[in-house]
Order: sequence, then structure tokens, then C-alpha cells
Amino acid sequence: MNSIILSALLGVLMMFSGAFVKRTTLSKYFAFVGLAGLFASSVYELIARQPFFHIDVHDMVHTNNFNLAFIAIVLGCTLIYFLLNGSEIEKVGAHVSEYYALIFFILCGISIAATFNTLLMLFIGIEIVSIPLYILTGSDKRNLKSNEAALKYFLMGAFSTGIMLMGIAFIYGGNPNASFFIHNLEIGSGKMPVMIAVGLVFLLVSMSFKVSAAPFHFWTPDVYDGAPTVFTSFMSTIVKVAGFFAFIRLFESAFGVVQNQWQSLVLFITAATLIIGNVTAVFQQSVKRMLAYSSIAQAGFMMLAIFALNNKAKEGILLYSAAYSLATIGIFAILTKMKDYTIDGFNGLAKEQPLLGFAGLIFLLSLTGIPLTAGFQSKFFMLMAAIETGHHYWIAVLAVLLAAVSAYYYFRVIQAIYFKEPSPEGVVSGKLSSVYKLTLILTVILIIIIGIYPELIIGWLYS
Amino acid sequence: MGSYITFPELLILIPLLGGILSFSFKNDGLAKTSALVFSLAVLTVSVATLFFTDDSKYLLYNNVNYLWLKYLGANYYIGLDGTGRLLTLLTAIGFPLIFISSWKSEIKNLPAFLGLMLLSQAGLMGVFCAYDALTFYFFWELALIPVYFLCSKWGSERRIQATFKFFVYTFIGSLLMLIGIIYLYLHTDARTFEDGTVAAHSFSLSSFLNASISPTEQYTLFILFFLAFAIKMPIFPFHTWQPEAYDQSPTPVTMVLSGIMVKMGLFGVIRWLIPVFPAATLQFKNIIIILSIIGIVYASCLAIVQDNVKRLVAYSSIAHIGLMCAALFAVNQTSVQGVMLQMFNHGINIIGMWVVVDLIERKTGVKKISELGGIAQQAPALTILLVIIALANIALPLTNAFAGEFLMFSGLYNYNPWYALAAGLGIILSAVYTLNMIQKIFYGNTNSVTGLLKDISLNEKIALALIVGIIFVFGVYPQPLIDLTKEAAGSLLVRLR
Repeated sequence: MNSIILSALLGVLMMFSGAFVKRTTLSKYFAFVGLAGLFASSVYELIARQPFFHIDVHDMVHTNNFNLAFIAIVLGCTLIYFLLNGSEIEKVGAHVSEYYALIFFILCGISIAATFNTLLMLFIGIEIVSIPLYILTGSDKRNLKSNEAALKYFLMGAFSTGIMLMGIAFIYGGNPNASFFIHNLEIGSGKMPVMIAVGLVFLLVSMSFKVSAAPFHFWTPDVYDGAPTVFTSFMSTIVKVAGFFAFIRLFESAFGVVQNQWQSLVLFITAATLIIGNVTAVFQQSVKRMLAYSSIAQAGFMMLAIFALNNKAKEGILLYSAAYSLATIGIFAILTKMKDYTIDGFNGLAKEQPLLGFAGLIFLLSLTGIPLTAGFQSKFFMLMAAIETGHHYWIAVLAVLLAAVSAYYYFRVIQAIYFKEPSPEGVVSGKLSSVYKLTLILTVILIIIIGIYPELIIGWLYS
Repeated sequence: MGSYITFPELLILIPLLGGILSFSFKNDGLAKTSALVFSLAVLTVSVATLFFTDDSKYLLYNNVNYLWLKYLGANYYIGLDGTGRLLTLLTAIGFPLIFISSWKSEIKNLPAFLGLMLLSQAGLMGVFCAYDALTFYFFWELALIPVYFLCSKWGSERRIQATFKFFVYTFIGSLLMLIGIIYLYLHTDARTFEDGTVAAHSFSLSSFLNASISPTEQYTLFILFFLAFAIKMPIFPFHTWQPEAYDQSPTPVTMVLSGIMVKMGLFGVIRWLIPVFPAATLQFKNIIIILSIIGIVYASCLAIVQDNVKRLVAYSSIAHIGLMCAALFAVNQTSVQGVMLQMFNHGINIIGMWVVVDLIERKTGVKKISELGGIAQQAPALTILLVIIALANIALPLTNAFAGEFLMFSGLYNYNPWYALAAGLGIILSAVYTLNMIQKIFYGNTNSVTGLLKDISLNEKIALALIVGIIFVFGVYPQPLIDLTKEAAGSLLVRLR
């Protein structure tokens, strides 16, 4: 609750500050402080279970340990994202405070999408996330690729939103209570009525689109590649895990009773996402594009949570959100400092910048899922969730085999960082600020701590 | 659990600290000394564990069990038993030997190299001590990562591809094992911890032993676990990563790989595979023995035709491991004890072989057998020591390997004489390629390459003399090793009845 209201307020404040404050660094600091406050308030709400604001929302949104912990994770990751990318956001264009405002609006949307209790709030949440994203994608106005990406994203996004609305309409019309409340649909555990089934499939398709699960992933590589790298970093991590959280919340609460009727559909999407994401990533030469495909591949692993929908899946999605976001934000933050975005551009990074090289190593090991990193724990919990369902074990085997494929493209970057010679012109452009370096170290430490002691995060589910 | 530090903790912590410390050194000499001191400290602890084997009195020194993840039911549970003591001792002896023998090698960025070596030692120690499946899995993977970096950074020209192949093979194996571990875990009983928390399942070895799984499930799980171990050993047909990796790695790392790391696979079979899946073991043992024997003959034949010394030793290693795997799956007291003895002895001998190969390669710059010859005239001390090690490698009486191989063969013979006969072919072939190699490299005429060779220096003499010493001591008097492994082998076989 805190995060919904405060982030909306901060967004509005940031937007107005753009009109009065001319110095971009000032609005940067303002955004930092605002976000830190937002993060603190969400942690407070998680610990005290007591929001600052008591507003009667007629049960339209509902908070519990699970989604409060998730919001805290998302805000914490965004804070790290701000600290790492502050100077890069300034470089994108002149309207710095507006970019921050848009990010705050996205955070507001994420908070709604994580706590929704009715299908309408889900729709509003997802839209509040999507519309600022279209703008951020096209924020590099003079770059043709950025323009193309924004238009593509907007058209495809609008299309999927339409499908989602239609799905919601079908569900509304199909359930005996004519209700939008996800706990009040009374679908019954028998065979679904046609209206509900059609609505469910529409929702499944549109949510798969939002989290870029195959075969609805085609927009992803182009949009991620075309958008300014700082914003790619944001939308491939925080926005994506938020999509998953809404996905799991929707399917668990609204359609959990008829899981056996849609599970095979999700199974197909999971397998397709894993295969397409991992196999296509192998062929990429540009690290940015490789990370776009790897985000599809990682989405495949997160889809396992929707396939399983058990307790382990909930623990897993929290861990995955933290692990994947931290590692990917970190690797993108390193990427933004590189002169050359191809894999060869990383050659000899460890020799020139030992800290960047080591941090990159840990992020990539975490994405591969090597023990002692958060990435291992998240994959481990997802596999446990999938195996605990007691059937379709092949999906777990497929997932680990493709995790081995993912080692191929992640390790290519590691090999470039550590085992190749740097080019004489230098690898990194510009100077690195001490805030950047310290945050990088902090991120590495967080990844290792979660890797050793994941109950730091999943413990919140049981406290 | 108490306020003191236990043996297994020391065995893991000393190399871990030594490794981390090593990265901070700027001076090569200092790094070398510190690495040697840390590895000798580990050796001291490891030797000390041999005097505290009586669990009725010293249980607290040998086991430590912390609650690690309470919602999951995972403990940080490490301890020592007979097999564990034997292999930690091997690891503890191996690393100082490697450090001494490569004392004069010119290695770039030496502190990082030694740091990674010590980290891999910590990982290996963890594997040999773990009693909790999740702890085991962590160490299993962590032993691999430093070795991956050592090979890729310091190896020969084709190192990056070779090491990556090795990495992917073992990574796939361990991930499949992870699925097996999760499946088993979900079929264990709930357990209550000391502080009253109840976890739905548990990762500890004892719960795995009591997991409720049907024979059919056992078969599938057995395959998942076995793949991980078979790739690590490696046995035919999972061996294809091995010759290339051994050839391309820097020799000190090859010593770790072939002397100690391959034992992880055999150890996994002894500690986890056979006890947890007794029914499946009885079901699959013949297939595995046949695969191993095919591997022995195949690798021996390839070793005969090799011109590259490093590849020759690599293939001979596959043959030896194949024999151990075959004897292990013959599952009787003699053969299993023979395997345990041989795990230790093979580790020492193969490190000795690599020391010699490394010396030849470093001093002459070639590793092709056909380009060498007549070294005996130039380096008599080297020749004598090598011949002893080579004879130990083919298990001549009075050398350490004899006792182990004898026990393995007699166990295999008791199980099925035909298997023993087929595996015996491997011994004959190993004599062929080893003696052939000695003859071509050390005798005959010197040529332009070997003519300038000088005899070995002090540190190499020390390393080789120590190895030869161990060879003779355990060749004449293998009883301590037999005593150490008796109980472990016995308790393993009890599971199969």
C-alpha cells in the first residue's frame, strides 16, 4: 500500500521538478532520496505489517507477506539500478527528471500488479507499467533503432492489452457471480465452461506476451536491442519479474482450482521458451542481444513456477526475482561502460579493470547457476517446485540440459573477460565513479549472501 | 557441536583461507612459501585424523553438523569416515607434492595460480567430508570452478576449448545429479531439528538411505547419479573430454585432475551411489563392469599408439580408473578394499608420472616420444626415479599399487573369472606402453633435443624421492591402509544384503 501511493506521488513530484529544476544532477539526487525512502517504507510495511495510509480500497488490492516481500525486493533492486546507472540515465537525453518520473510510475504499476485482487486492478497495473515503458524505449529520440523499437513495442503491447481485456471480459461474463474479484470467480473444479476457458487462454497469451515467453517473444530481442541500454536493463529485469509475479498471482488465485486443465498449455510454453531462448542466445555476437535472448531463457525457468504453483514455486519466484534482477542489472551496468558491445569488446576486461572483470564474473556465474551464487539457489528452488508436482519430470531434465547450453554463451563472455588480451585502445570508456564501484561490490556481496543463505529472502514467507 | 574446531572443518578452512590470502600477495616467492606452508598444515591435520579414528571416543572431533537452511532441511554436515580419511589424506599429500615439484616452474601471475589451487583443494576436501547432499553438491561444483580457471588461464594453445568441453561435460553430469538429489529429497521423511523447527524433508545422507523409493525409481535415479560420477571418473564412453583436458592443462593442474579429482567420481559411488541405491546397483553392476572393461582395453590400445607423452599418461589413467570402477561394482570385500587402496596409490603414482613428464617437457620443450631418446645418459637420477614410478604404475610387486591391484583382481575373479581375465589384458597392455615409453625416451641414442639436458634439481629430487618413498613404504607394508578401509568397505557391503 505504501509503495503504491508513495511511488505515484514521487512520480508526480519528479515530473513537476523537471519544470523548475534545471540541473540534472539535482533531480538525480532527488530521485535517489525518494527511492531510498520508498524502499524504506516498503520494508517497514513488510516488517510491521502496518501501512502508513489507511484507505478503504474495497479489497481491490490485498497485501500479504508474499507480495510485500516481492515489492521490497523490486524496490531494493531498483535502488541498486539507480546507483549503478545514475550517470548513464543522464546521458540518454535532456529530460532526466521525466525519465525518473516514468520509472516511479512503473514502480507504482508494479506495486498494483503485485497486490491486485480484481482483474481490473491487474489490468490497470499492467498498463501503468507498459505505457511509460513505451516512452522510455523511444527516449533516444534521434536514434532510428530506438524509434523502431518503441513503435514495435507499442503496437505489439497494445495488441496484447486488447487480448487481455477481452479475456477479462470473458471471465467476467462466464463466472456465475459476474465478478472481477479473483477469489470470487467460482469456476469449480470440474470441466471449465467455454467462456471461462476462452478467457483463461486469452489471459495466458497476454501474460506470456508481457513476460516474453515463447511463442509470444518475438518483440523482445528487437525492443531490448533498440532501447537505450540503461532502460533495457530496467525492463528486462524488474519489469519482467513483476510480470511473472502478476502472472503467478493471477493463475494461483483465480485459476488454481482448474490447474490440471491448463497445465499442459503452460508446460508447452515453458519448454518452448527454454529451448528458443537458450538456443538462439548461443548464436549472438552482441552481448546486448545475447542478454535479450538470455532473458527469454531465464523466463523459461521462471515459467516453471507457473507450471508448478506450489509453495516451492512461491519461494522460487522471490529468489529468482532477486537473483536474476541483481545479476542482470549488474551485467548491464558493466555493459554500459564498454566501448564495444560485442563479445570481443569484453576481451581482457579483467586485466584493465580487475573489479569490473570480477563483478562480471560473479554476475555471469550467477546467471549460469553455479553454487554459492544467488542464481544457483533460484534455479534450485524452481527445479524443486517442478519436481514436487510429481509428474512431467522431463521438463526439469530439459531445463537443466538447457542450463548447460546457457553455460556456453555466458562462459564465452567470461572467457573474453579473463582469458583474452585487451585491445590496445582500451576496453572501458570514461571514468568509473566510486559510487558505481561500491554499488558493484555491494551487488556482488548480495548475490553471494543470497547464494549461501537464501532464507534471508524466503524466510519472509513464513515470518 | 561444540566450541572447538573439528578436523573436517580444519581440512576445509585451512586451504580456503590460504587460497584467499594468496590472492593478496604481490611477491612470487612469498606466495610459494605461503602455499607450501598452508598445504603442509593441511597435511599435518590430515595425518592427525588418522590417530582419532575411534568414533566412540572422538566423535565430536570428527563430525560437525550445523543447521543451515531450516525451511529446507539442509545441514552443513561434514565428517570423516575411513574412506573420507583416506581421500583427504591423498588430497593433503598431493598438494604439497605438487607445490614442491613445480617450485621452479615459471608461472605467470603465480599468487593467483596458487590461490586457485588451494581453493580447489578446499573444494575437494569438502566433497570427501560431506554427509549432506546439498553440502556435497556445493563442494562438488566448487571444486570444479577453480580448476576451470586454472586450465583456461594457464594451459596450452587449445586450452579454452578443451577446458570448456570438460566444464560442460561435468556441468551436465552434476545438474542431472541435482535432479536426482531433489527427487530423493522430496521422498525423505520429515525431520525435527534441535531447535524444534520441523522441515518437511531432509538432505542428510542418513535420510537418503531411508528414503521411500521403489526399485523402478531407484533405477532412474541411479542413472542420474551415475552419469555425474561416470563423467568425472571418467569411464568409457564418457571419457572424451579427458585426454584433451589433461594435455592442454598446465601440469600442476593435470596432477590435481588426474591424481585427486577423478577420485571424486569413485568416492561418489562409494559414499552415495551404492549405499543409497542398493537394488539398482545389483541391477546395473554387470553393465557397468562391462563398460569399464571395454574402457580399459580401449584406452590401453590408444595409449600404445600415442606419440604424445601427456596423452599417453592420460589414456593410461582412463585404463586404471576403469579397472577401479569394475572392481568397485564387483562389490565384495576384497575388491572394494582393493579399490580404496588403489584410489590412494594411483593418486600418488600418477602425480609422480606427471612430475616426470613435466620435467621432460620443460627441459626439452617437446612432448613427442619420437623426438626424445637417450635421456638416461644425461639424467641418471631422473631415470632411476621414473623407472620406479613407472613400475609402480604397472603394479609390480613391492610397489604400492601391487597390493591394491592384487586385491581388485582377486575380488573381480571371485565375482566372475572372465571379467578378471578381460581386465587382466589391461595390465599386460599397460606393461607394453609403459615399458615402450621408458625405452624410447630414456634409452637409445641422444639427439639434438635431449643432448643438452641436465639432471634434475633439488626440489624435483625431493618431490620424486618422497613419491618413491611412499611407493616403497606402502608396497612393503600396505597394512595401515588395509586397516583404515576395512570398516568402510564392510559397512558399504552391508547395504547390499
